[in-house]
Amino acid sequence: MTTAVKPQAKGLKNLFNRPAKPYVHPYFGGMVLGIVLFLAIFFTGNGLGSSGATTRIVTAVEDAIVPAHVDVTPYLLKMAGGDKNPLDDWIIPVFFGALLGGFSSGMISGRAKFETTKGPNVSNRTRWLMSFLGGVLFLYGARMARGCTSGQALTGGATLSAGSWLIMFAIFGGAYGVAYFVRKLWL
Amino acid sequence: MTFPLQSFLAVSASNPWTYVVFALIGFTFGFTLEMSGFGNSQKLAAQFYFTDLTVLKVMFTAIVVSMVLIFGAVGLGILDFGQVWVNPTYLASGILGGLIMGVGFIIGGFCPTTSLAAASTGKIDGMFFVVGGFVGAFLFGETEQYFTQWYNNAGYFGRLTLMDVFNLPTGVIVTLVVMMALFMFWGAEQLERIFGKKDLSKEPKLRVYGAVGLFGLAMAVLLIGKPSTETKYTRLLINRTLNEQQVKLSADQALAQRQVQIVPAELFKSMNDDTLKLTMVDVRPEADYNLFHIHGAINVPTDRLMAQIPVWLVNTAPNAVYVVMSNDEDLSTKAWKIMAAESVSNVYILEGGINNWITFFGKDDPAIARVSAPAAPEMLQFAFPAALGDRYDCADPSPIENETLDFTPKIQLQLKRDKSGGGCG
Repeated sequence: MTTAVKPQAKGLKNLFNRPAKPYVHPYFGGMVLGIVLFLAIFFTGNGLGSSGATTRIVTAVEDAIVPAHVDVTPYLLKMAGGDKNPLDDWIIPVFFGALLGGFSSGMISGRAKFETTKGPNVSNRTRWLMSFLGGVLFLYGARMARGCTSGQALTGGATLSAGSWLIMFAIFGGAYGVAYFVRKLWL
Repeated sequence: MTFPLQSFLAVSASNPWTYVVFALIGFTFGFTLEMSGFGNSQKLAAQFYFTDLTVLKVMFTAIVVSMVLIFGAVGLGILDFGQVWVNPTYLASGILGGLIMGVGFIIGGFCPTTSLAAASTGKIDGMFFVVGGFVGAFLFGETEQYFTQWYNNAGYFGRLTLMDVFNLPTGVIVTLVVMMALFMFWGAEQLERIFGKKDLSKEPKLRVYGAVGLFGLAMAVLLIGKPSTETKYTRLLINRTLNEQQVKLSADQALAQRQVQIVPAELFKSMNDDTLKLTMVDVRPEADYNLFHIHGAINVPTDRLMAQIPVWLVNTAPNAVYVVMSNDEDLSTKAWKIMAAESVSNVYILEGGINNWITFFGKDDPAIARVSAPAAPEMLQFAFPAALGDRYDCADPSPIENETLDFTPKIQLQLKRDKSGGGCG
């Protein structure tokens, strides 16, 4: 991460080619995240989340293309049955807000650039394929567990939900259990 | 005023500010994740090889910080925990889903929200993860029907907190979780020293003060404890629509304006109303209850009330209505105050109590005679030949004979939070 400081370019390029700043200290980042989570729960009663939005966007697309299929699939029907709009949920603005927030932070700190983050001994293509497969698995699991690391581990962890704490340990357990076998991807 | 704010429990087109608020929450969420380094898959994956435990540190700091703030606010009585989304517990699908997520995490290098932070900052692997996520969500929607029974029932415990599991007070659990987190942070730093060859002496001293502060907050939560029923009662607000206007009444105002007292006729109509889930709560001593009670009423003497309230709280049906009754209104008003303060929703009082009910429905009943003695408060003003309970005619009036009754309806369902619509699910 030690990019040499380039001469100041002008205009928009300036925004994207600035030197990357280091990340904040993990405890500080965690504290800010905790306060954000608290405020979300305090004002709205809902926590944080994002995987629910993925499902709702997929359901909205399915509802637009094959509405008859949605009408016979109970899981989708809950979100898109009748005159329900699957996108009419608090998690949708949170999802797009998170995209924008991540982009803003990355841009301000000079980390917004096209690149692939990966272990040193793996090709870009392998990394992309694994990333895609990981996404498939993660969201499948997140839907099964009714929430991901944000909706279950963070939110349920903070509200002391028994099930969420189990899910959190299951996530870490699953990852640690497989980590050794896929170490070529990262080490 | 208590939080969370009713108007921000969900998004609604009638209040565009709800979208702004939730988008702002998402914005700060994404911003924080990115600045903590969660847009970088290598940093995330390092967690599982013990070289860099940022994931654990950020996650558990966030959890314990918001936890002490939440339960501190609950203890001070400004946050109503009953209105806060607590993820329901589904043991089987939760654990299997969690394990699958873990595998996805180590293979893909992200979790859903961190992949958003990565994709939005131009990380191509993050974009592949997001696309994969859509496919995974699609596949789940298409396959859920094959295991829907298991998914919805296996190990289902509903709203279950760690306090319920261990049967310990909130403050104790909060303190234990903080202590566990602090121990994990210490362990994480040792692992980083051993596996990540990190020089711990370069870590800021401030983190030790932070740990002490966190522990202090946990002790504060322990000391504050739970808000008493009286505190909750004084903060109680009741929404009413009066003359087509939304008004918020304090509990004492609602009682004084007789907004929560329903006449026998309305109770009778509610008994025969299939759209309501009516629970009649007879709070008199058992002897009176045995002498006479309305058909279908359950006997919960006031000293047993607090034990019964958790049972009602898990009944999340939005059309659940509770009507408390005693011989007059003294006992029932006391019970109403406790139930309303403890967040049981849609609680009403039978106006005039059982005496009024019998006066209204039992005036022609030859078996029941009015006592001529002067009326004492909370005394039955009728004499019964035997303790027949609800086997008197007027305990279960005929809906056919009483088809038209005139009364001003008072019951207004206060829509409870749609718990199935909350959370990430």
